[in-house]
Amino acid sequence: MTTQAISVPRPEAGLGDGPRCGGFGSLLRAEWIKFRSVRGWVAGMILAALLTVFLGVFAAANAGIGCQINGGPAKSGKACLPYVPHGPGGEVVTDSFSFARQPLTGNGTITARITSLTGEHANLSSGPGPVQAGNGKMVPGLTEWAKAGIIIKQSTRQGSAYAAMMVAGGHGVRMQYNFTGDTAGLPGAVSAAHPRWLRLTRSGDTITGYDSADGTRWTHVGTVQLTGLPSTVQVGMFATSPGYTVTQNSFGGGNSNNSGPAQATGVFDHVSLAGTAPGTWTGTTVGGGGPAGGPGLGGGAGSAPFTRDGGTFTMTGSGDIAPVTPGPGGGLPTVTIGQSLVGAFLGLLVILVVAAMFFSTEYRRGLIRTTLAATPRRGAVLAAKAVVIGAVAFVTGLVAAAVSIAVGVPKEENQGQVLLTAPALTEVRVIVGTAAVLAVAAVFAVALGAILRRSAAAITAAVVVVVMPFLLTALNVVPAGAGDWLLRVTPAAGLAIEQSIPRYSQVTTVTSPVQGYYPLSPYAGFAVLCLWAAAALALALVMLRRRDA
Amino acid sequence: MSTAVQRQPAPAMATAAARGASLRYALHAEWTKLRTVSGPAWLLLGVAALTIAVSAAAVGATGCPQNLSCPVDTTKLSLTGIQFGQALVAILAVLMVSNEYSSGMMRITLAAMPRRQAVLAAKAILLAALVLAAGAVAVFGSVLAGHLILPGHGFTAARGFHPVWLSYGPTLRAAGGSVLYLGLIALLSLGVAVIVRDSAVSIGVVLALLYLCPIIASFIGNEPWQHRLERWTPTVAGLTIQDTTGLQRLVITPWAGLGVLAIWAAAAMLAGGLVFWFRDV
Repeated sequence: MTTQAISVPRPEAGLGDGPRCGGFGSLLRAEWIKFRSVRGWVAGMILAALLTVFLGVFAAANAGIGCQINGGPAKSGKACLPYVPHGPGGEVVTDSFSFARQPLTGNGTITARITSLTGEHANLSSGPGPVQAGNGKMVPGLTEWAKAGIIIKQSTRQGSAYAAMMVAGGHGVRMQYNFTGDTAGLPGAVSAAHPRWLRLTRSGDTITGYDSADGTRWTHVGTVQLTGLPSTVQVGMFATSPGYTVTQNSFGGGNSNNSGPAQATGVFDHVSLAGTAPGTWTGTTVGGGGPAGGPGLGGGAGSAPFTRDGGTFTMTGSGDIAPVTPGPGGGLPTVTIGQSLVGAFLGLLVILVVAAMFFSTEYRRGLIRTTLAATPRRGAVLAAKAVVIGAVAFVTGLVAAAVSIAVGVPKEENQGQVLLTAPALTEVRVIVGTAAVLAVAAVFAVALGAILRRSAAAITAAVVVVVMPFLLTALNVVPAGAGDWLLRVTPAAGLAIEQSIPRYSQVTTVTSPVQGYYPLSPYAGFAVLCLWAAAALALALVMLRRRDA
Repeated sequence: MSTAVQRQPAPAMATAAARGASLRYALHAEWTKLRTVSGPAWLLLGVAALTIAVSAAAVGATGCPQNLSCPVDTTKLSLTGIQFGQALVAILAVLMVSNEYSSGMMRITLAAMPRRQAVLAAKAILLAALVLAAGAVAVFGSVLAGHLILPGHGFTAARGFHPVWLSYGPTLRAAGGSVLYLGLIALLSLGVAVIVRDSAVSIGVVLALLYLCPIIASFIGNEPWQHRLERWTPTVAGLTIQDTTGLQRLVITPWAGLGVLAIWAAAAMLAGGLVFWFRDV
């Protein structure tokens, strides 16, 4: 009968009740006292922060690379790195291509017709058995973002500003500039029957791109400002192709893709340059032979970047003009700031344990009856618990994430890893976001504790839905497509908030949570986690109101 | 006089007989405790059902397109569900001990059965037997799913894939080893639970061992450390028992990997036994 008596008062009916006098503030205070007076829980939160930092720093301190170039002495760390170009925006970029160029002083216009874009790549489909990538066997085929076109570039230095009109392997005409910009033009593949006319006009710092199917009716594609462009720039034609990558379903921690070198060949004619005296075309392989471009072919020592037959230019190149993205297939050992947060998994697990206990222990000890006798408003009790544990987890996570990144990232760079830099605001989002993920996950676990009333069940449920999907995807236990869906619909989606490098549409990327790429955008992923927490809270509220204590 | 001598057995024999009897009683008591609550039966059923369901989903979601080579270990793929089933095994093992502590039942158990090793041994034997039985069902169902589904998804003998069936030596080893794996996970969890006593903290520790070690190993870029973790962490090493292809690339052989897990389980049980022996309830 006592339980009946407890469940009778309802929030609507209890206006004159004693417990309402203090309001929500005193409830919060009560829950905070409950939390801080259990030594194990406070110790657990401190442990969560320490483990997060320790593991992150440990991983960073052991991220060293080693190499041996051309039989020379073995080296390690930064000595192994080739020149790493940075784009005008500060991001790490790949800038390797074949370039037929002329200097252009002042304003001018370059026009060219491209009649063919073909390519070949390493043969990766050699039947069952281990794939022999890069064994010299090339087969015809064009990679998605193989590209050839015309370009206006500040200089031949890697990473300098540029704007280009091009035909891409699988994406029609594009206007791209300064590595990150990408605008679509005429769709469709290029061929002798369907050639593409491309035009770039420079006027001061402003570059305007046009395309045309017939050379008479021109369409404006885009206008970009390249601030600080010198009066003399390099203009001409280019061709390049990123490596060929096939993502496969592979299991048990094997590499999830096969990649090999690829090259693209573009054929140009009707090349005209207005605004400068006719000069000769010089062939240059920008970033030639540098491993920064990843698997590269052609354009190496001895092979000319282009051949000319009357008015027809044939350009063959390999590499890419694009930002470097995390994930397999790149030529550089890259890290993102999110990778110093590996320890957050351990911290998350400890926080889930404490949070689940924060509610379920009351059931085990019978304290819940006292709690609900003192505060009959059950929703308020649940809310107070969620706020307290969420705040504690947030502060713990904030400290742990900030220290992990502040200590871990410089360590990783010292070990020879190339940091894919992110703007300061993004770094703030990663750190605060990690803390927020821990807080929301803690609220989720509190709700599960209220629903299941058993610590072990609540903790297992929380770990299986929050940590497991990440594990299954990261270790390729499930096929790539299924793994993407797991990271979209389960609470593990929230970890997307740690993604610090944007997904560029003009670069083929593989979802690889270990490398820092998630299938959802950071805030969308976080919203998924919040939805789960909200749903669990709602269910917990219904159960709390319906059930006897 | 002679009758008196006969009536009094030698002390050593008496101890042995008493030990045997107390183990028998302890087993009977533990069995009664387990079968009279609904949780363990549901958990064991869940181990089999979850393992088979996840394995079937994994093989169902995997295909090998005609023009590509597929470096897929079909046996290991068919046994994917073990990754999930082990969580339920861990819960069962932890609850077997921590529920007695949280309810105060442990005091009654030890008052009735002062031989603490017999109590722990009975728990371990019973748990292992039940988990092995449920594991055998789970593994057989998973292998059957792989056997039936995979050939239709491009993994045919004509393309060099062995049929997933128990008549193929490596598959038999992987399947049998997976059953043993679940048994060892159960003992490891039981040992941890005896040491920790609290259900929440025990399950946290066990799940960290099961699921965080592989994540950490995949994040560590440094190869020597990665290999160390793969060789010495209980789940990564233990699950090498499921590998049937690319064995030369493994950092530890399948049986040695299972042996590493056995060492973890033995160490946990030993530590648990000592703590149980010396500690107040």
